[in-house]
Amino acid sequence: MSERVFLRTPWETLARQHVAVSFGMWVFLASEILLFAGLFGGYSIYRSLYPHGFLAAGRETDIVYGSVNTAILMTSSLTIAVAGRFARAGFGAAARRLLIATIALGLLFLVLKGFEYREDLEKHLFPGPDFPLAQKGAQLFFSLYWIMTGVHAIHVSCGLIAVGRLAFLSRRRVDWLWGSGSEEATALYWHLVDVIWIVLYPLLYLTGRSGHG
Amino acid sequence: MSATASLTAEAPNYLRDGSTLGSWLFTTDHKRIAILFAIGITIFFFIGGTAISIVRLELVTPAGDLVSDDTYNKLFTIHGIVMVWFFLVPSIPATFGNFLLPIMIGAKDLAFPRLNLLSWYLYIAGAAFTVITLIAGGVDTGWTFYTPYSTMFSNTAVLTAAAGVIVVGFSSVLTGVNFIATTHMLRAPGMTWFRLPLFVWGIYATSLVMVLATPVLAMTLLLVIAERWLDLPIFDPSRGGDPLLFQHLFWFYSHPAVYIMILPAMGVVSEIVACFARRRLFGYSFMVYCLVAIAVIGFFVWGHHMFVSGQSAYANLVFSFMSFMVAVPSAIKVFNWTATLYRGSISFDAPMLYAFGFLGLFTIGGLTGLFLATVPIDIHVTDTYFVIAHFHYIMVGGAVSAYFGGLHFWWPKITGRMYPGSWARFAAILMFFGFNFTFFPQFVMGYLGMPRRYHAYPPEFQVYHVLSSAGAAVLGVAYLLPLCYFAWSFFYGKRAPANPWQATGLEWQTSSPPPTGNFVAVPAVTDPYEYHPKEGPIDVQGQLL
Repeated sequence: MSERVFLRTPWETLARQHVAVSFGMWVFLASEILLFAGLFGGYSIYRSLYPHGFLAAGRETDIVYGSVNTAILMTSSLTIAVAGRFARAGFGAAARRLLIATIALGLLFLVLKGFEYREDLEKHLFPGPDFPLAQKGAQLFFSLYWIMTGVHAIHVSCGLIAVGRLAFLSRRRVDWLWGSGSEEATALYWHLVDVIWIVLYPLLYLTGRSGHG
Repeated sequence: MSATASLTAEAPNYLRDGSTLGSWLFTTDHKRIAILFAIGITIFFFIGGTAISIVRLELVTPAGDLVSDDTYNKLFTIHGIVMVWFFLVPSIPATFGNFLLPIMIGAKDLAFPRLNLLSWYLYIAGAAFTVITLIAGGVDTGWTFYTPYSTMFSNTAVLTAAAGVIVVGFSSVLTGVNFIATTHMLRAPGMTWFRLPLFVWGIYATSLVMVLATPVLAMTLLLVIAERWLDLPIFDPSRGGDPLLFQHLFWFYSHPAVYIMILPAMGVVSEIVACFARRRLFGYSFMVYCLVAIAVIGFFVWGHHMFVSGQSAYANLVFSFMSFMVAVPSAIKVFNWTATLYRGSISFDAPMLYAFGFLGLFTIGGLTGLFLATVPIDIHVTDTYFVIAHFHYIMVGGAVSAYFGGLHFWWPKITGRMYPGSWARFAAILMFFGFNFTFFPQFVMGYLGMPRRYHAYPPEFQVYHVLSSAGAAVLGVAYLLPLCYFAWSFFYGKRAPANPWQATGLEWQTSSPPPTGNFVAVPAVTDPYEYHPKEGPIDVQGQLL
């Protein structure tokens, strides 16, 4: 019934438009991966130059916050994925509740990250004259820690805006969720944010904690 | 008069479809957005040109007497940043690509029209912000932002300039995403991949590079900002960092950026050469493979900017080898353009003159690139005017010539007006001579040891600098001429027919200027470059009848 409402300018059919929106997002995600690739490249080089500094510094990050946040973000990926399935199956109200749960989990992630940052600052883990670790490379590790988690947090915020947009625009017309094709693209972006974190977690929190460091 | 009126009533052209400022600033029509980009890049082109004019004027005498050394550094930085990021990178893709890509594949618009408008706003905001900081405050690092100078020592507006460049980078990525999605999803029925005009292939290959390389630049500049602003150790060698990491990350983008500039130019030249030689393009499928090969190999040659940086001899070897490799598809393209001319019926209209200029200048630029890919020669001429001359032959002789060629080729389509052909031919010839006059002496003085970016220099180089500056004046006139006759043509030029050059390609099947939806009826797709029958009887001179 709603073909015409959701069909946008250059497209002839809604099905084609949906494929294009998802395809465009996939191309954009390739770009996002290259954005983080620079950081991963820098991390690899500095870690191979200063293995001891990196292992020592890796033990200073807060593994409790890191692990809880990992669980939160993975759960939020689950809720947004199920929201998409529900929406396509016609359970609009349930889908919206799951989107709101995704937003709540994303916000919780950012709040916990904020608390973690405060504790990091109290421990002087921001590179500078009071930095507690003397090993060479430890400061580089924490430079990368702040930049990687900071850029990731910006991505979480952008993802929250995108999911919030879905929840807002579907408040009156719940069929908007599956009609426009935005839901799948937004979910793809949210999953990328999650996947990036899955790589950051071992690089920043598990490093040096194997017991052999 | 009534005939014109009824024609406009059937299909209002995109220029007439709304005349308020809002109808331009909030448009989602790819053709209008192309015009918005064209206005932006023209302004930035003349800002970058003015900056380098002052530099060339300064270099007429060996002593640094016209501007102070600080101002001198800021001027060449303005020139580099503005010309690379705000002119060359968006020049052909964001204007002709935006305007022509949907029309050439028979689509109504780009895949994501609102995203396209966002690209323009990001571009104009980032670029204007950077240009204001460059002029009001100034940056003295050169366009390359090399650390540790940019992060630890320069007292200029590095932060804001880098931030603006990052924003423009996002514009580039979004444009690339839009073009890729459009090429994949919106081709008209019958428009198979190997029926795409080479201009579309050029834009497509460019978009791949934009999407995959630009984010690395964004992150690199973000790291510069973090080190400079938050004092985080990243590249600072005194705190364990490695300045070479910056160079690797920077050139991972900035070498492919050269291909962002040249691949669309190659596409433009392919269209022009086939049309004005009245020949099917020689080796179409190889032209396609070469575009893609250049885009791919272009990602693995960045280390040739760092032969003297202290990177390992093995890395030098590999990057040198890869740089030779990228010359192979480039050479195939030059040979194929030349072969297209064979048995052609060549007319020397302005677009063709620019295309000929491209062929010669790109070849010189490419061959001197092989000198520089050879490590021992590169060590001799690193950071000299030889390098400057080389990359200007590619970027100005190549990309800018093709940009002007495209402008003269598609101007009737874009504006619906013809321009004075003899003025245009004169400007094309003047541009070719002015260019060689400016840059050929730089090869010589560079080889003799004149370093780049020097404010004052030993008097034995003066003769080359005077030649170069005189040439730059000629070149400046050649750039101003089209501005004048195009402005005249826009208001007073003769009305252009739908297909003034009898060219193939879908853009010539619609009216000039095209209606808002591009086509009134779905266009009929045929092979591109059907300028003569593939087979058939030939006359005594070997011409196909």
